[in-house]
Amino acid sequence: MLLLTQFVALPLFLYARAYFAAGSAYFWPLAGFLLAGLNALFLSADLFNLYVTLELLGLAAVGLVAAGGGAQQVAAALRYLFATLVGSGIYLLGVALIHGAYGTVSIEMLTPLVHVDAPRAVWFAAGLMLIGLMLKTALFPFHYWLPPAHGGAPAPVSALLSALVVKASFYLILRLWLGPFAALTTAAAWLPAIMGSAAILWGSWRAIRALRLKELVAYSTVAQLGYLFLIFPLLGADQLALQAGGMQVVAHGLAKAAMFAAAGVVIQVTGRDAVADVAGIASRLPVTLFAFGLAGITLMGLPPSGGFLAKWLLIDAALVRGRWELVTVILAGGLLAAVYVFRVLRQAFLPPPSGERRRVARRPVAMLEWTAFALAAASVLVGLRGMEIVRLLGAGA
Amino acid sequence: MTANEWLPLAVLGSSLAPGLIIFALPEKRIRQRTALNLFGALAKLALVATLLAGVAAGEEYAFRYAVLPGIDLAFKADALALLFVTLSAALWLLTTLYAIGYLEAAPHRSRFFGFFSLCVTATMGIAMAANLFTFFVFYELLTLATFPLVVHRGTPQAMRGGTIYLAYTLIGGTLLLTGIVWLFQLLGHGEFAHGGVLASLDGAPQWQLQAIFLLLIAGVGVKAAIVPLHGWLPQAMVAPAPVSALLHAVAVVKAGAFGVVRIVYEVYGVEFAAALDLLTPLAIVAAVTILWGSLRALFQDDLKKRLAFSTVSQVSYIILGVALLGPLGTIGGLAHLVHQGIMKITLFFCAGNYAETLGIHKISEMDGAGRRMPWTTLAFSIAALGMMGVPLTAGAISKAWLTDGAAAAGMDWAIWVLWTSSLLNAAYFLPILWRAWRKPLPAAWPDEQIPARGRRETAWLLLLPPLVSATAVLGAGIFADASWSPLAWAQLIAEREYPRMPR
Repeated sequence: MLLLTQFVALPLFLYARAYFAAGSAYFWPLAGFLLAGLNALFLSADLFNLYVTLELLGLAAVGLVAAGGGAQQVAAALRYLFATLVGSGIYLLGVALIHGAYGTVSIEMLTPLVHVDAPRAVWFAAGLMLIGLMLKTALFPFHYWLPPAHGGAPAPVSALLSALVVKASFYLILRLWLGPFAALTTAAAWLPAIMGSAAILWGSWRAIRALRLKELVAYSTVAQLGYLFLIFPLLGADQLALQAGGMQVVAHGLAKAAMFAAAGVVIQVTGRDAVADVAGIASRLPVTLFAFGLAGITLMGLPPSGGFLAKWLLIDAALVRGRWELVTVILAGGLLAAVYVFRVLRQAFLPPPSGERRRVARRPVAMLEWTAFALAAASVLVGLRGMEIVRLLGAGA
Repeated sequence: MTANEWLPLAVLGSSLAPGLIIFALPEKRIRQRTALNLFGALAKLALVATLLAGVAAGEEYAFRYAVLPGIDLAFKADALALLFVTLSAALWLLTTLYAIGYLEAAPHRSRFFGFFSLCVTATMGIAMAANLFTFFVFYELLTLATFPLVVHRGTPQAMRGGTIYLAYTLIGGTLLLTGIVWLFQLLGHGEFAHGGVLASLDGAPQWQLQAIFLLLIAGVGVKAAIVPLHGWLPQAMVAPAPVSALLHAVAVVKAGAFGVVRIVYEVYGVEFAAALDLLTPLAIVAAVTILWGSLRALFQDDLKKRLAFSTVSQVSYIILGVALLGPLGTIGGLAHLVHQGIMKITLFFCAGNYAETLGIHKISEMDGAGRRMPWTTLAFSIAALGMMGVPLTAGAISKAWLTDGAAAAGMDWAIWVLWTSSLLNAAYFLPILWRAWRKPLPAAWPDEQIPARGRRETAWLLLLPPLVSATAVLGAGIFADASWSPLAWAQLIAEREYPRMPR
């Protein structure tokens, strides 16, 4: 995870440098806090430390969304602030209950302590913590805050948020699920799977209907996060589901960062944000479109991308346990993703409406185009280096 | 890495590398682009020739690379793979020449040639895939790389054709993926091997194997344009002529048909598939497709659409040959894979020539075209006669072996299907020939672009490829007994597939 964070963040910072050419005083310190929060989160070993890093992360992210400055962005940021505070609040309540029951908050010490016959307060606490984290991960039906926040923020911010920040709380859920709460949660594994399925279908549907480019990409995040939650009932001794989840986190992180970066270039050059307005960029911004397309391949789960390997592993894991309904959801999700990705690509190949040419368009900044491209290419090439990622996950688990 | 490992990779690379470089080339660097394209095509042919000689001598070429534990990206250049590789490589060269002439002065050529090379790479990957995973990777890559070519012109019809194409192929891909993962689950791998790999599997219920077969065949059947999954093919004809010629006559539909061959022979094994009662339904579907495609072709006035429905019909000859139990049908089907390719590409080249030179798109506009463009029409006539199965052409050879195969397998109804289809072929091709040769010249052509100059009826880059491929149609028919003919190679494959059967 640490590795992914740095890999995504570095090109995005390069991107951001070029994007905010005029200088945005708030972006850099906030992004620094964000990154620090992320790194601390991945390294923490107790529940309270995790709370602190979560808060740091959440507040930095809210600040970044608001840094755009527009009224809409501030509104989105407030909504996001509300969601993130409620989420961490619920989480903190859970931590407090756990502390009351066991007198410790270290993950390592808790793991052997929690049993199925634990007191009711512990069950309650586990539920609270997981719900709080799900709210922050924007799992359906807690996703309402994500599209305005991610769709409204400036492109580099959206990319950071979609690619990394939501993954952080997912990482925590996974860690708690497999660690201290393993004894409690096996019975409830179907719940995240149902929510995940709903997220895939609903998120894809909204992405298909979205009018604005970034809104489309943001809803796609909602859908892609759904895949991550499908792994819970499939977790088992054979590691397949865990590998699928890890692969999906990596592939989606890279692809979504690339997609927001590409969308940012399009918006900057055409000056508009509607899906209908991308007409004609095939000839004007070939590199950007290519990046968008490559990222789209990963999201659809077509080979040879990382998304494809994730999907393959996921279907494999679902079939091992005979969960055909999940297989159907996964496959349907891929097709729906194809619909929304090709909605954009198709539009891009159309000739621009006449009159459009006369408007002086800004020239794209090469740095922006190529960082988007590099991220997208990485998301696809990850598919060819699956061995390394699986090995890394094996070492971590 | 030994030479036997890197040769299959080099075959892939010889179109992938030019493709990637071409994307980066600016639009105006025509000369570099042309040189790269031709260099790639020639290099590929040379590599393929090396492979052909090696495989005939019994060498084995394989390459393997682990992507995930238990899942490999694996290539092998066996006799069957090379049949398809050679066909695609040779026709790639011809089509590249044709496309250079055809797209002169058209916009977005870098994009076109880049994706074109990617398509060829995907086709090579499909041909040389050594397991279902690799097959699927390149199968989907082919879908993605053809989409920009179908919508190349950016017109509303092109967009509509492209969308329909995607809808069909992506859903097909999903079915295929389901079948493949399910098979992996039962078997633990998805390797291709002579004689099939499933026969060794005990304990799996029969209905599961049958359901997987249905999923796999439906998945590849979309590209092979089996009725009722053929709806995309006539719509995709909005693409520029070289795309229709190479991709929709050869690469894409053949990728589907080739998938059927691999699945029946090397996953299920032809005898095991017959034991599961899978071959007869497949033969019936193929027969229905043959007749339905020919019938629909009869009623098309648009030349390219008529050819498209003819493709629907002809590709199922291959599938019919596969579904006939016994070496004779196999040989007929595999030989037809090559024969249909060279005949259909000739027809599409000629259709492109009519459209580019005279603006003819409809059959009703073809009166007297033979007098204005005798060479093009000659090539067209040879290929059309081949489609009907007239003696001395390649089509006659495949039809003869298929009929024998049907008789040997005791499926006499299939002989009737083949004969009916030949009659229908005659019914939709002969009127075109008659119009072109016998009807008087019209007062004016719909849209004459390239004026005749002396003997030269159109640009020579447009004329040369159909003439070469028409010669090949005759050559494959007349010299079918020679050791280098497609038929001889198909016999070699059948020999390896049916080791125990006497001939």
